[in-house]
Amino acid sequence: MAAVSSFLHGPFLWYATRAAGLITLILLTAGMILGILNAGRFASRRWPRFLVQGLHRNLSLLALAFLALHVGTTVIDTYTSIGLQAAFVPFASSYKRFWLGLGAVACDLTLTLLVTSLLRQHIGHRLWRVVHWAGYLCWPVAVAHGLGAGTDHGSRWVLALTFACIGGVIGSVAYRAVQAIPARGVAR
Amino acid sequence: MTIVATIPRLGHVERRTSRLPRLLAGAAGRGPAGLNQHERCFGALPLPDVAWNGDKAAARRALARLIDEVERSGLTGRGGAGFPTGRKLRAVAAGAGPAVVVANGSEGEPASRKDRLLLLRAPHLVLDGITLAAFAVGATEAYLVVHGIDSKLIARLEGAVRAREVAGIDPVMIEVVGIDDRYVASEQTAIVQYLNGGPGLPTFAPPRAHERGVANRPTAVNNIETLAHMALIARYGHAWFREAGVPAAPGTALVTVSGAVLRPGVYEIELGTPISEVIGLAGGPAERPQAILTGGYFGTWLPAEVAWTVPMSHPGLRSVGAAMGAGVLIVLPDTSCGLAETARVVRYLADEGAGQCGPCIFGLPALADALADLACHGGRGDAARRIAGLIPLIEGRGACRHPDGATQLAASALKAFGHDAHWHDVGGPCFTVRRPPLLPVPGAASAW
Amino acid sequence: MLHRATAAVAARARGGECLVSYRLKVNPIMCKAHGLCAELLPEFIDRDPWGYPIVPDEPVPHDLEDLSRRAAATCPTLALIVSKGRR
Repeated sequence: MAAVSSFLHGPFLWYATRAAGLITLILLTAGMILGILNAGRFASRRWPRFLVQGLHRNLSLLALAFLALHVGTTVIDTYTSIGLQAAFVPFASSYKRFWLGLGAVACDLTLTLLVTSLLRQHIGHRLWRVVHWAGYLCWPVAVAHGLGAGTDHGSRWVLALTFACIGGVIGSVAYRAVQAIPARGVAR
Repeated sequence: MTIVATIPRLGHVERRTSRLPRLLAGAAGRGPAGLNQHERCFGALPLPDVAWNGDKAAARRALARLIDEVERSGLTGRGGAGFPTGRKLRAVAAGAGPAVVVANGSEGEPASRKDRLLLLRAPHLVLDGITLAAFAVGATEAYLVVHGIDSKLIARLEGAVRAREVAGIDPVMIEVVGIDDRYVASEQTAIVQYLNGGPGLPTFAPPRAHERGVANRPTAVNNIETLAHMALIARYGHAWFREAGVPAAPGTALVTVSGAVLRPGVYEIELGTPISEVIGLAGGPAERPQAILTGGYFGTWLPAEVAWTVPMSHPGLRSVGAAMGAGVLIVLPDTSCGLAETARVVRYLADEGAGQCGPCIFGLPALADALADLACHGGRGDAARRIAGLIPLIEGRGACRHPDGATQLAASALKAFGHDAHWHDVGGPCFTVRRPPLLPVPGAASAW
Repeated sequence: MLHRATAAVAARARGGECLVSYRLKVNPIMCKAHGLCAELLPEFIDRDPWGYPIVPDEPVPHDLEDLSRRAAATCPTLALIVSKGRR
């Protein structure tokens, strides 16, 4: 009983949620970069299209798994009274309302993106595409949540990691923007 | 043209003294036949009373009789495909829910003038056909589609519809709709998409219009000439219809004859008439003919000596590897270069693509370039090979038949002008490429 | 490569394997020449000089059926369509 009690009241869950959160950030970033590259038709000998697309899909699914872990450990943790509701309903938590609310927004968007993508062949390409644009909103919101609600901004390497993620995405967006400037030889 | 007066009673009619004209019988002068003139010539619209009262069972019997009559007549579509009309009506009538009738008078083919002529001279015959088709398939909506830019035609048609409204002739109101005069906009799926509120561009096949077309309802899309024939069949019966033409291709048809003939224009012929006679109707060749383009820009070149005895009908032309299409005949004289004409037409077709499918967007311009090289630049020895290589890459790989028409034309040009193609390829263009162009290409100076 | 595929089909037919066949079709309006299908099924799908897939009208060889379903799911514009039929 003491073990369970220390599990619930000790710092373990807090460590777990921070770790899961960081891993989710890394995976979401990787998914974002690969998604942008895929949209830009990036391909090389070692990276055929189906690999870029397949990794984008699988890393995003993995991100969802770690997101579930991150949300789960936060909710179970009794140190802060963040209920399950706060994970999905934005700005419903009393603790760090705004930053946690952003997390809920990112969580909802991630779920929407993933569910629509899994059901893509049933909802059709056009609807899927419109919803998938929300990815450009989801990722920055998730990063902001990490910076605002996260308890690790004192740590240099966490900050470095976050900025590396931001740098990676900005780099991909720049690549995509530059590549779109002269009309491509292939039909639009 | 003499107009033979008839006593209008459905199924009973005085024998006409000659089998022609039929569609153009009511069009005496150069103006349109008004409602009174139309009824004097052909009689009132033979629409059963059940079309007006609500008796569903009687209506079903009556429309079945009408479809039966059309099927027995052997009437086939006059828009180019030549599909049996009775079968199409039956398929739409069997569809679920109220249907829609679309009459296609948009005539995208630049070398064809017959639809416009028929609409101008005998609008009420076409409108009769639309009403009868609407009754036959159980339609509650009917559209007559023409080019929006043709305001004179639209005004005439709307006037005709209004006159009928006043006389209380049509149970279903016919709406005149103007569409883009782009080549691809006249395509069946493009019209259906346009009527559904979308762009006037072809769509990818399923679902087919007769199952789910306008507003997701079973839709019958027919060429207006086909509907005009239907209006006559409903009056005079299938046996009368079959008196003209040949058993494999019954009835009459409107053809547009142009090129090096003395009197280019639209003529009504009995199907199965040899091409030489059809050209004779147009005054005969103005110069020695080299080849004949049949079917229009989606058609085929035939060497003149091959074409001369071929009967003008779908099966007749198919037997020599050509197509009747929308009934277009263009005579190419000896003093013109068939390759140059083909190159110009394919360039036009390439520019007129909808821009939706890769093989057409890239393939047709490449084909046009290769044809232009062969016709006008030549001398490198590889243009014909390039053309032959491009054709299978383009054919059948678009959503509509637009690229197929271009490849068919190009392939038939290589065949019909094979001799010229060889000499162009190794030696360069012949002097006749400099002759003023013969085939009308909208946008360029027209031969009309 | 198409000859190999057709030979495989013939061998299967002679061997009397399953009666269900899959055919692939491209919606040319949706297709934007991303080329993932040709990457996954190089034995069956070729690309034309402009990058668009050339999909044969014959049944997919038995050993490529799973890949063909994956290719249809992976197509970025869902332009590749798998249909089931009888061999």
